[in-house]
Amino acid sequence: MASAPSPNRSDITLHINGEKHPLTVDHRTTLLDALRERLDLTGTKKGCDQGQCGACTVLIDGRRSVSCLQLAVAADGREITTVEGLADGDRLHPVQQAFLDLDGYQCGYCTPGQICSAVGVIEEHAAGWPSAATDDVRPEAGPPELTPEEIRERMSGNLCRCAAYVSIVDAVARAADERAHDAEEAVA
Amino acid sequence: MTTATTGRTAPAGAVGTARTRVEGRAKVTGAARYAGEIPFADLAHGWLVLSTITRGRVRAVETEAVLAMPGVLAVLHHGNAPRVETDYVGMLGAPDPTAAVFQHDRVPHAGWPVALVVAETPEQAREAAESLVVRYEEEPHDIALSADRPDAYPVDGHMPAVTEKGDLEAELDAAAHVVDVEYSTPEEHHSMMEPHAATAHWDGGRLEVVDSNQGTTWVQNELAQMFSLDMSAVRVRSEHIGGGFGSKGLRVHQVSAAMAATALQRPVRVVLTRRQMFSLTGYRSPTRQRVRLGADADGRLRALEHRSVNQTSTVYEFVEPSAGVARVMYDAAAHRTVNQVIRLDVPSPTWMRAPGEAPGSFALEAALDELAERCGLDPIELRLRNEPETGPVSGLPFSSRNLAACFREGARRFGWADRDPRPGVRREGRWLLGTGTAAASFGAGALPSTALVTAEPDGTFTVRIAAADVGTGARTALTLVAADALETTTDRVRVHIGDSDFGPAGVAGGSMGTRSWAWAVNAAAAELRERLALGTGIPPEGITVRSDTTEALQSLAQKERHSFGAQFAEVAVDTGTGEIRVRRMLGIFAAGRIVNPLTARNQLLGGMAWGISMALHEEAVRDPSTGAHYAPDLAGYHVATHADVPRLEADWVDDPDPDDPVGIKGIGEIGVVGAAAAIANAVWHATGVRHRRLPIRPDRVLEAGRDV
Amino acid sequence: MKEFGYRRAADVSGALALLAAEPEARFLGGGTNLVDLMKTGVERPALLVDVRELPLDRVEPTPDGGLRIGATVTNSDLAAHPEVRRRYPALSQAVLAGASGQLRNMATVGGNLLQRTRCGYFTDTARPCNKRVPGSGCSALTGAHHNHAVLGASDHCVATHPSDMGVALTAFDAVVTYETPEGPGELPLADFYLPVGDTPHRETALPPGALITGVTLPPAPVAARSRYRKVRERASYAFAIGSVAAALDVRDGVVRDVRLAFGAVASRPWRATAAERALIGAPADEAAFAAAADAELAAARPLPDNGYKVTLMRNLVVAVLAQLTEEAAR
Repeated sequence: MASAPSPNRSDITLHINGEKHPLTVDHRTTLLDALRERLDLTGTKKGCDQGQCGACTVLIDGRRSVSCLQLAVAADGREITTVEGLADGDRLHPVQQAFLDLDGYQCGYCTPGQICSAVGVIEEHAAGWPSAATDDVRPEAGPPELTPEEIRERMSGNLCRCAAYVSIVDAVARAADERAHDAEEAVA
Repeated sequence: MTTATTGRTAPAGAVGTARTRVEGRAKVTGAARYAGEIPFADLAHGWLVLSTITRGRVRAVETEAVLAMPGVLAVLHHGNAPRVETDYVGMLGAPDPTAAVFQHDRVPHAGWPVALVVAETPEQAREAAESLVVRYEEEPHDIALSADRPDAYPVDGHMPAVTEKGDLEAELDAAAHVVDVEYSTPEEHHSMMEPHAATAHWDGGRLEVVDSNQGTTWVQNELAQMFSLDMSAVRVRSEHIGGGFGSKGLRVHQVSAAMAATALQRPVRVVLTRRQMFSLTGYRSPTRQRVRLGADADGRLRALEHRSVNQTSTVYEFVEPSAGVARVMYDAAAHRTVNQVIRLDVPSPTWMRAPGEAPGSFALEAALDELAERCGLDPIELRLRNEPETGPVSGLPFSSRNLAACFREGARRFGWADRDPRPGVRREGRWLLGTGTAAASFGAGALPSTALVTAEPDGTFTVRIAAADVGTGARTALTLVAADALETTTDRVRVHIGDSDFGPAGVAGGSMGTRSWAWAVNAAAAELRERLALGTGIPPEGITVRSDTTEALQSLAQKERHSFGAQFAEVAVDTGTGEIRVRRMLGIFAAGRIVNPLTARNQLLGGMAWGISMALHEEAVRDPSTGAHYAPDLAGYHVATHADVPRLEADWVDDPDPDDPVGIKGIGEIGVVGAAAAIANAVWHATGVRHRRLPIRPDRVLEAGRDV
Repeated sequence: MKEFGYRRAADVSGALALLAAEPEARFLGGGTNLVDLMKTGVERPALLVDVRELPLDRVEPTPDGGLRIGATVTNSDLAAHPEVRRRYPALSQAVLAGASGQLRNMATVGGNLLQRTRCGYFTDTARPCNKRVPGSGCSALTGAHHNHAVLGASDHCVATHPSDMGVALTAFDAVVTYETPEGPGELPLADFYLPVGDTPHRETALPPGALITGVTLPPAPVAARSRYRKVRERASYAFAIGSVAAALDVRDGVVRDVRLAFGAVASRPWRATAAERALIGAPADEAAFAAAADAELAAARPLPDNGYKVTLMRNLVVAVLAQLTEEAAR
């Protein structure tokens, strides 16, 4: 599409999965639509377009976010990771591998969002963040253990209507254990 | 595909082993493309405009201003859209005229499609659609569903509307214990994560539709009939489907996209918004049900009456046959079941996971629990005493009925024997605890299907079948079935699905998909193996065998064919706040041979989680004064989240179907049946209060507590 | 959604100037509410002034023992901050009870205070709503209102304020600070939200063109023992049907200090001052807690379908205060 100069469009550069994508965007374009309609990165899914389901979850500057409420123009210059950017070549990210092995999905449509969210959850927990499932949030109480109940609460922004919740929680727990184990080995 | 747990890769042993999904890698990397994600050159975007009134006529569609907006290509509406045919019978009956968009000026319900705006970009289409001025002539509406309306009338649907035997009143009079109660279930929406999406375009005189649906040949057939085209002039593809649950058949998105692609002669994509889905893609009708049970002193049923009424639209007759479940589950000397509908100014309901059984089992199995309380009997014992020898209404033998085995195994694993039957006596902090159980059943059917199996020169095999993997793992299951039938390993079998060019096949629905397709794949593979055994060489194009199961299905003996199950739930209720948490659930099922334990368990657990969602959360609220939904989105319509679903367990007893070549019955719906009843019964056991209206929301718990 | 301009502000004065130059401009923070409202057509700005990168992203202790929270601090950072968790645990809990992890990573403190009601009539542009279109009527009065207000509402509007964070901030006497082209100003949260009256479309006392720069929490030793309890229609990722932020200081069985605020029952976070008055000096027992709740809820005016909220709030107050009492005794 030709894009005449307009106060309602901007030239931006989206940094996605380590690549720079120069783009002229209509300000109305969400990051989600820019990924799906302009950059052919369709792994990020549109379930509700209202921040009510989590299917569009990506990592922005390392933090999980819903891309449907993120205007593309406001994401100019920020580091974005989508589900397409998690694997290391042919080697799946541990969260992806755990979802695959433990059947952490059914139809697969919420899956990229669940996986990106899980990556964020594991980092947030490693940083010591409490959640609504944490009974005592005071720092003296120490960092919460990542119990199944904690995982469920932290993952609740990702609806799965197939309700593959039991196996998703198992997959997140396995990936979190692996990360904790790797961190221990790195220290040792 | 890798072997996840106990799988074997030896020939003739794939079925029954746990396998990860064939398309799993594509799904976890984002590489799997769903309907709205297939790129097309020169693609235009359609955006639907829905009525803001609930009943009346469209007086004017003011297209001029909108057509002048940037990027706008066309506005389709009843004044300019092509006429389509709706007077036909499709694979699953007459079409819902809701899908035949823009054929007249009548508005029969809120959110009726009145126009499609097509533009170069989605943003332009959306703004133009929002700007389109539509003038209406409004009429008064009627959306009031109640059990006692005189205009309710019986409707057959996929089963007779009414069955009756014996003298109901006489048996009730003679009964030692009587339960006479009313239950209600709300309007529920499928709410699959992927919204309906289709791209239509003309390719060499052929209408090609890339869609998300539960049966490509089903939708192909509907589109061909509606647009008066030969079947061969329509191709429908649906590679990956982001959930269906009964809603993904012929809908406005395919029809309006096909109309626009015809008008513009370029590819047009129509994707429904989440809000639009609430009025355009069907739903489970609310029900009002009355159950009357009469039993002897020892709990044996003398009388059973189950009546259900649901709403349907003024344009389409859909019955939610909630009373049907009693025809399978329990016998009595006097036995009467009735399914009725009332026509209202509401959208058309449709099939939704376990249509009939889901709401029907809530009422019937909750009523059984109430009867057990009256009789002073354990709820499981009451059910075992009422196990019928043959079909209570049909008199036909059961192909297999392993409900008792499910209850025995479930009771053992759940720890049922230790249960104190008294309600309202277990407290843990702010929570009252209780357990409940319920029985489940769902029909085991199959639809005629064809399959193509090819022996390739390189020693591999290719299976082609117009199956749909809506998340069931069908692609993987068929790989296992084919490998066994071909006496080869799964890595030598490629399964292609979701393309109407592969020939007619049954839909992914009614728990019939995998069984129907496996039958066809098994038949073609078996014949191919016999041919290969003759030892002739394989030509470059391979050797292809086509099967068709139509005759085999017609020759099946008449029997009562069903899956069964026993559901168990433990809940915690805070009567001070109205909060309910399900702490654990166990489902034991007798559901035929399990093809892939990994995906099957997942699917059964998903069904049970649907039961949690149905029991506690889901309710689409319709404002009586406007006739429209209140807050039709995923913040207003609550489905269960991660935090609502504890560790659930599902398992099965040996129950191969004796007449199915693979032994399959089907597991798509059985997991949700009875689950809500088990939870409601557990809530009673926790609190002593019977909740007969779903969902059991906090406000209802609080209001009920006030009355106690 | 209509077309709009977009400018990213580098500093507060620049942000104010950009906003002042365009009558139909809005500040954009995390966008979690505003972008959604633009999609549903409730908000139709001509210009968005992006303030997310303003240097207002710090949580800092004040010399007197309080905290100063910048307006662009995300909900996540606020909830995870050690000093928030130590000094005002109910604030951390309230934030964590809201929305989802993704939304909390995006949403900002300033935006949270200014978020709009989730009343389904407000977000449905086809229906009358006095808050969206003044004078058009209130659909909820005769329509679906089982999650609407029971306190402080009027017959012009019965919508509730959806914030969890705001409930805890209200309990702890937070003060909103802002900048205008004419200079800075501040408003106690108690005065920040306007009464509904017949002007439900006017929600805050913020001067036109003002930019919220932060929130200051005065020192409150009582807050160190505080809790936020939220009841909703599913276990997570849902707006409250009732919530309580409470802090309690009990000595020798007598209430020395108490803070109580309610969520999801009024057009604003509701400070339960009558209940607090009733509790000071009272015995820390369930009868006193219930009497205090009743004192506050005497003003409740429920609609036909939301009377349960009065029961719910009474029970919640008793439960939370009892829990705090028990924890203090440990």
